[in-house]
Amino acid sequence: MEAYERLAASRAKNRPTGMSYIHNIFTDFLEMHGDRRFGDDKAVVGGIARLCGMPVTVIAHEKGVGTKEKISRNFGSAHPEGYRKALRLMKQAEKFKRPVVCFVDTAGAFCGISAEERGEGEAIAENLKEMITLKTPILSVFIGEGGSGGALGLAVADEVWMLENAYYSVISPEGCASILWKDSSKVKEAAECLKLTADDLFRMKVIERIIPEPENFGEVYENLQSELYHTLLLKEALKPEDMLQQRYDRFRRLGVPAQK
Amino acid sequence: MRIRSMMLTKNFFKKPENPLEWYDNRTKNSIPDIPDQMCISCPKCKAILLTGDLNENARVCPKCGYHFRMNARQRVGMIADENSFSEMDAEMRSTNLIGFPNYDKKLWHARLESGENEAVICGTAQIGGFPCCLFVMEPHFMMGSMGTVVGEKITRLFEYAAEKSLPVIGFTVSGGARMQEGILSLMQMAKTSAAVKRHSDQGNLYVAILTDPTTGGVTASFAMEADIIVAEPGALIGFAGPRVIEQTMRQKLPPNFQRSEFLLEKGFLDDIVPRGRQRDYLVSLLSLHQRGS
Repeated sequence: MEAYERLAASRAKNRPTGMSYIHNIFTDFLEMHGDRRFGDDKAVVGGIARLCGMPVTVIAHEKGVGTKEKISRNFGSAHPEGYRKALRLMKQAEKFKRPVVCFVDTAGAFCGISAEERGEGEAIAENLKEMITLKTPILSVFIGEGGSGGALGLAVADEVWMLENAYYSVISPEGCASILWKDSSKVKEAAECLKLTADDLFRMKVIERIIPEPENFGEVYENLQSELYHTLLLKEALKPEDMLQQRYDRFRRLGVPAQK
Repeated sequence: MRIRSMMLTKNFFKKPENPLEWYDNRTKNSIPDIPDQMCISCPKCKAILLTGDLNENARVCPKCGYHFRMNARQRVGMIADENSFSEMDAEMRSTNLIGFPNYDKKLWHARLESGENEAVICGTAQIGGFPCCLFVMEPHFMMGSMGTVVGEKITRLFEYAAEKSLPVIGFTVSGGARMQEGILSLMQMAKTSAAVKRHSDQGNLYVAILTDPTTGGVTASFAMEADIIVAEPGALIGFAGPRVIEQTMRQKLPPNFQRSEFLLEKGFLDDIVPRGRQRDYLVSLLSLHQRGS
């Protein structure tokens, strides 16, 4: 499949959103709202749940189902308070020694006056800085769109996995096309240029695993449930300082120039 | 006849005419033209300024205080003690990692335009006698965009500073992550943030001075992660650029939106420090952070 077809699949109307993953993979989910600073951002859902019996903190972008809900959730584009809520829940997970699982599905952080005046850049920066030393395992799974800094804000993890038809990109293909060719309709070409598919990213060692998407989507949940559980057990068996060193090295080795 | 002899006398004392000289005199007298590079109009107060005067005044308009963009070398000269700057990784250059169309050409142009190998220069320096690590981003190199080399140089600088327990002083100017290197540019946000965190966890000082413009992936990583964050007056600082917001949201932006003064009011800056005061400000800060004093 070409990059553009994957892009279309990642944005498909009937594609399962964050909440479906939470309900199909975990049990006993209790949602925790708010960043304790400003408000509750519905574009990011978080809480405590069990994964095969193990308590975990789970955080997900949620685009919403149906027009009304989509609007109330800003189509999964989070404000600063969304990232701050996520960080609050991660710190809580660290305290109670629960691993963290994130599901990423966003076209990008919210783009507007409200997000800017409350410090979108600062909120994402803070997450990047704090997640790298969070003393509990973090796994991030890209389930649909992975738009730029808004996706990275929930993806500084020990391992990053991607569904077969998810994408992860520095800029939206539309944005890239309008900068490159002053024509936002050349999305297809831009999507090819950006190397944003799971295959591309696996080759560049930006992600560890590609999760196949069979006809029967239920298998994706089953597969993820056991894979997440077993990987978290392995991560928890590591000495905390080794786990943090590996997390540091994971990002440190990306984009090291060949010369010198 | 009399008139004629007078003219002859007059011409007798005159220098022989030189067509080139004549052209020179005419342009001098009739069109008071100055070559483009010699003068510049201030975008804020519209005053016509001589480039030489502007450079001597640290590229700040003497009439209204408008801060013009400044290249990285000029800044190093303005901030670091004389001859104290020792550059690191000066030769590191970007390559076209993902085969992006026209990127090689763009890089070639950027090097030519800026006279630099990449969009940031890093090194050790002394400021008021205090040793520190210094990075300065270059607006004339693809608008300071962050690709793998920028990320790597900044990461190495923070790692070096952590190893030697040195403070880091950083001047940011950037359009964000560099599209032409795809996802690897985005990963530099995480990579630099990780190095900033390590440096910070060891109790070292990091001061960021945000200059016009600081946006996108740089704002959402090391620019906003400093212990002390100040900005130059009137600098554009934000995550999404104002044009993108206007286009996507069809929202009219309030005056001063995303400018330093706006960010100070919203609580995201420690202070606004004009260029003329920056060196003294940094010397005071470095002095206040000397351990045991």
